[in-house]
Amino acid sequence: MSAQKILCTGNDAIGHGAIAAGCRFFCGYPITPQNEIPAFFAAELPKVGGIFVQTESEISSINMLLGYVAAGLRGITTTSSPGFSLMQEGISGIHAMQLPAVVVNVQRGGPGSGSIATAQTDYNFAVKSAGHGGMKSIVLAPASVQECHDLTQLAFHLADKYRILVVVLSDAIIGQSAELIELKTFEFPETPKKTWAIRGSAEKKGIRLVLDSFMPFNYTSYFPMIKKKTDVIEAGEVRFEQRHVEDAELLVISWGSTARIAMEAINGARAEGIKAGLFRPITLYPFPRQAMRDAAKNAKKVLVVEDNQGQMLYDVEWALCGCAPISFLGIDKRDQAGGMGLLYPKPVLEEMRRLMS
Amino acid sequence: MSAKKLKYGNPTLFNTMMQPHFCPGCHYGSIVRALAEALEETGVVGDTVLVTGIGCSMVSAHYIKNLEGLVALHGRAPAVATGLKRALGKDKLVITMQGDGDLSAIGMGEIIAAVNRFEKLTTIFLNNANFGTTGGQAAPTSLAGQVTPTTPQGKDVETWGFPIHMAELLTNFKSVVYSFRGAMNTHKNYNRTKKALVTAIEKQKANMGYSFVEILSACPPGHHVKAQDSLKLVEKLIEEFPLGEFKNTGRPV
Repeated sequence: MSAQKILCTGNDAIGHGAIAAGCRFFCGYPITPQNEIPAFFAAELPKVGGIFVQTESEISSINMLLGYVAAGLRGITTTSSPGFSLMQEGISGIHAMQLPAVVVNVQRGGPGSGSIATAQTDYNFAVKSAGHGGMKSIVLAPASVQECHDLTQLAFHLADKYRILVVVLSDAIIGQSAELIELKTFEFPETPKKTWAIRGSAEKKGIRLVLDSFMPFNYTSYFPMIKKKTDVIEAGEVRFEQRHVEDAELLVISWGSTARIAMEAINGARAEGIKAGLFRPITLYPFPRQAMRDAAKNAKKVLVVEDNQGQMLYDVEWALCGCAPISFLGIDKRDQAGGMGLLYPKPVLEEMRRLMS
Repeated sequence: MSAKKLKYGNPTLFNTMMQPHFCPGCHYGSIVRALAEALEETGVVGDTVLVTGIGCSMVSAHYIKNLEGLVALHGRAPAVATGLKRALGKDKLVITMQGDGDLSAIGMGEIIAAVNRFEKLTTIFLNNANFGTTGGQAAPTSLAGQVTPTTPQGKDVETWGFPIHMAELLTNFKSVVYSFRGAMNTHKNYNRTKKALVTAIEKQKANMGYSFVEILSACPPGHHVKAQDSLKLVEKLIEEFPLGEFKNTGRPV
């Protein structure tokens, strides 16, 4: 393992992570706030013999990625929320063929064209569905630039391990922030051989493989097979972070960049004698249901903080089964009304004080 | 034509285990056969991947032995083929086979962008002037006045526009090194089209640029007529869409 420290943005860190994971293909369409990622790959991929393609749309991006990964090689596409909408059919197609692929969504705010600034309004979209058909992608939510780098590498490993699409759900604030990170190449256990890959190889004779987005399966065996796979993922791939949960009377549950803001508020609350702790899911799917329930065991109250209108909130309610009263603080508590506003620690701390008084 | 020149039976690459699923009178079976022959003649089978679109052409790869295939989403075959070609490199051939709904309606963006990106791909465009798989709805290729489930009064060019000429359109791109339109309605047209497929494959083999072969096809159930009347429609199609070679050039750079 080689280690080198650099100052870089979350967007660049995704690029570093992908190249460290052996990814040699990027395709994507320009969209703010992720434009640093294609620029990174356009500069760096040729140096390692990789391929960069700027596409005509996100629809094309996801289908081009489908074609590339069908050959059994590691590839990535990145986008932001409206582009992620355009990719949904292709994401569903990748799931239908059970191809390993990594898609990054550096979220921007709101519906439609939305803002170009940060938000967490794509939680349901990324976590609850992968286009039509009811498939589920593994969803990783980085909260720091270092995690952008680390989780991108993990994403490639998990994609190959399970033949599944993995979404890295970043946002504008992590994507655009620069932090000191350690560049390292992780050693993961070996993943299954890609015997399903299309190689265009003359060595294979006879009736050859056809990867099919159209009825390649019969429902009574296909869906149980997918269920078996997701059961393994749900049992073995849950990841989360917890801080000060041992004695926490107030458990704050938050994800991604907002968890950093919540942590700041928790430190403030601790200084005032409020026993607060943080639970942060890193995998949004598989959702850390049992771990969250364990963390909330001694909590008198739970506060969910998200930079949206309350999306993970429903998963928290499902996970905790009413074991503690749950409050929510979200996008309406930003410092500015417009799209450029941010959630700051102050309203979170005020809400914590109110809850514990 | 002398009897001994006629070739009967199947090309050696034809997968006879696959039950034919094309409708009686459809030309797709002949097109797949012509492709099998062209692949054999050019010696590229085994090094070729066929990316099919959504429509009746989607199962085509199953009919040809030693051919890997991928069924793309509707209209996206050129994007998928780009990904595959970039992954496999220039020694492998990637061919897309797309119908007129797939390529000239929903997939117009992908074909134009792939062509303009100077991809070294080959596209076989099956033009039967309707959406055959979904019941014969009007396509961008349908003739003026053509009666379909979505143009019950006949296709009105005032609101539907004119039939789109893909083979001619793509000649405008520097990156296109070969563009041809053929048909399958006569023995002669079959042979010319097969030759065109050979040329198109050779162009990709030589890494020259994009090659495009449009093939007019009958579709009795889609046209809602008997097989012989569908053939008559192909003759009308030929009046609208002239057959022949529109472009045949060397590498543009």
